[in-house]
Amino acid sequence: MAVYRRTYASYAGALTPGWSRWLVLFRYARRNLFRSKLLTAFFVACFFYPVLCLAGIYLANNLSFLDQIGARNNFLVIDNKFFYYFTAVQGWLAFILTAFAGPGLISGDLANGALPLYFCRPFSRSEYVLGKASVLGILLSQITWVPGLILFMVQATLAGPSWAWNHLWIASSLVVSSLIWIAILSLLAMALSAWVKWRIVAGALLLAMLFFGMGLAQAINAVLRTDLGHFVNLAHLMNIVSNTLFRIDVEPTISASAAAIAILVYCAICLALLLKKVRAYEVIR
Amino acid sequence: MPTPQAAPPVPLVELQGLSVQFGNRDILRGLTASLKGRAIGLLGPNGAGKSTLINTLLGFYPPHSGSARVFGYDIRSETKKIRGLIGYMPENDAFISKMTAVSLVQMMGELSGLPANVALERAHEALFYVGLAEARYRQLGTYSLGMKQLAKLAQAIVHGPKLLILDEPTNGLDPSARQRMIRMIREMRDSGQVRILLCSHLLRDVEDTCDEVMILKQGGIVHYSDLNEERKANKRFLEVEFYGANGDFSEAIEKLGCECAIRSNRMKIILPDGVESRDIFKVAAERDVRIRKLNFRRDTLEDIFLKAMEN
Repeated sequence: MAVYRRTYASYAGALTPGWSRWLVLFRYARRNLFRSKLLTAFFVACFFYPVLCLAGIYLANNLSFLDQIGARNNFLVIDNKFFYYFTAVQGWLAFILTAFAGPGLISGDLANGALPLYFCRPFSRSEYVLGKASVLGILLSQITWVPGLILFMVQATLAGPSWAWNHLWIASSLVVSSLIWIAILSLLAMALSAWVKWRIVAGALLLAMLFFGMGLAQAINAVLRTDLGHFVNLAHLMNIVSNTLFRIDVEPTISASAAAIAILVYCAICLALLLKKVRAYEVIR
Repeated sequence: MPTPQAAPPVPLVELQGLSVQFGNRDILRGLTASLKGRAIGLLGPNGAGKSTLINTLLGFYPPHSGSARVFGYDIRSETKKIRGLIGYMPENDAFISKMTAVSLVQMMGELSGLPANVALERAHEALFYVGLAEARYRQLGTYSLGMKQLAKLAQAIVHGPKLLILDEPTNGLDPSARQRMIRMIREMRDSGQVRILLCSHLLRDVEDTCDEVMILKQGGIVHYSDLNEERKANKRFLEVEFYGANGDFSEAIEKLGCECAIRSNRMKIILPDGVESRDIFKVAAERDVRIRKLNFRRDTLEDIFLKAMEN
């Protein structure tokens, strides 16, 4: 099928391994995302706070600087709260980034019926979801737990091995809480994108879901005089889990295990909604 | 010394009592057939189950009962193997509007298992082949309907499949674009490297490209035939218009062993083996009968289709 011959030719060469096909989708989807200058600019902006934290860690461990400004004991304490606030700030940035990037991942394929083109090939629905979710997963990881771990390692290097050993649990808390947040955000964004099919509306709906959830939770709690309303507030549920993971001492409104189960249920619902829509053709019964 | 016999060709598609249901509705009812041709046409009125059959073969819909095999692979358990051998051009719009044609076709090639560099090379070749060379760097959202059809064809052939499934390939094409599409389908069929399953409600498309036809009606098979055999059979059937004949002429024709029916100055003749049309001319010349018209009756696909629908 050479260009100049213009004839049909079959292909009998080597094929790539079947397990690696989802990476193709990841590569194309990521390339497509970064065509947007706005998204690229926001992605870069997401690294300002980690750089600020890095400078803070450096200065907090620089005794001569602390002596110069006379703040040896009260400049900045690098502890669980420091990494908790880092995770919280980056978590909100991750949420905004998801609202930008998430809805366009699937809606573009659904809007013009491209799904049969994917699924008529040796490529499954779960590989499709994996390929698309990995774009968000890796993108959000790059601004949450990856810089968080780098900061932890920098602090461990500057403060010495005993600090690292005593605070190793912070690293795991950082990774686990970020991964939970990334999972729920990615699944929610993709499920909304699959059901709404319109990128802008899906993005707005994602923002609305979080803020509307907060308001609804307050209303339920006030009207029914209960704490059950917190179960519809995703950000609050995540906050409870993070508080527990980072050992922040606050009075919990609901237990951390209940919050974790609620998040798990939300993830399962999103996945079910997503898989219901992600098929070559919808069957009208 | 016995001559080695060629192995019988693997049936393209084997259906064994295949049924598909959506809810409680029967869409396909116990289809049984073995399709072996190079190019097979699926015909039927709207709602006959043509697209459902294709989608079931691709593994999009699960069979309710019965089974089907494509190149000997079971559609329930070996879906990935089947999909690896198939190129599919869907009926409806299927594209990503923000992507260029070359990117989409390359991505689809890679998803079919081609290495990235090979996929890019073949994407260009496929787009040149279908006639989108100049427009291959344009976003698909800016394409006309005809160009989108061509892009769908390009993505279906980029990985060099062994079976090409075309669902209404000439939808929305103007006459010249339709001719071009039909010519490409014929070229691919004649290359012997790919077999074709063409689904259409346009009889002309099927007649122009296929050598076998399966007609569906209300989810069942009402007719399956080899069009070449039908065409050969029709060559024994003549319609003759003449002047200046008397009873001698029809008697002489019958003496040749032909069956004939005469009405005014027209005669329908079924030729037996060994008798050709020149024998008819000879008999006419001997009796000074002037033959004004002699046609081989051509049982068109339309006739076959209408008969199948009546049945």
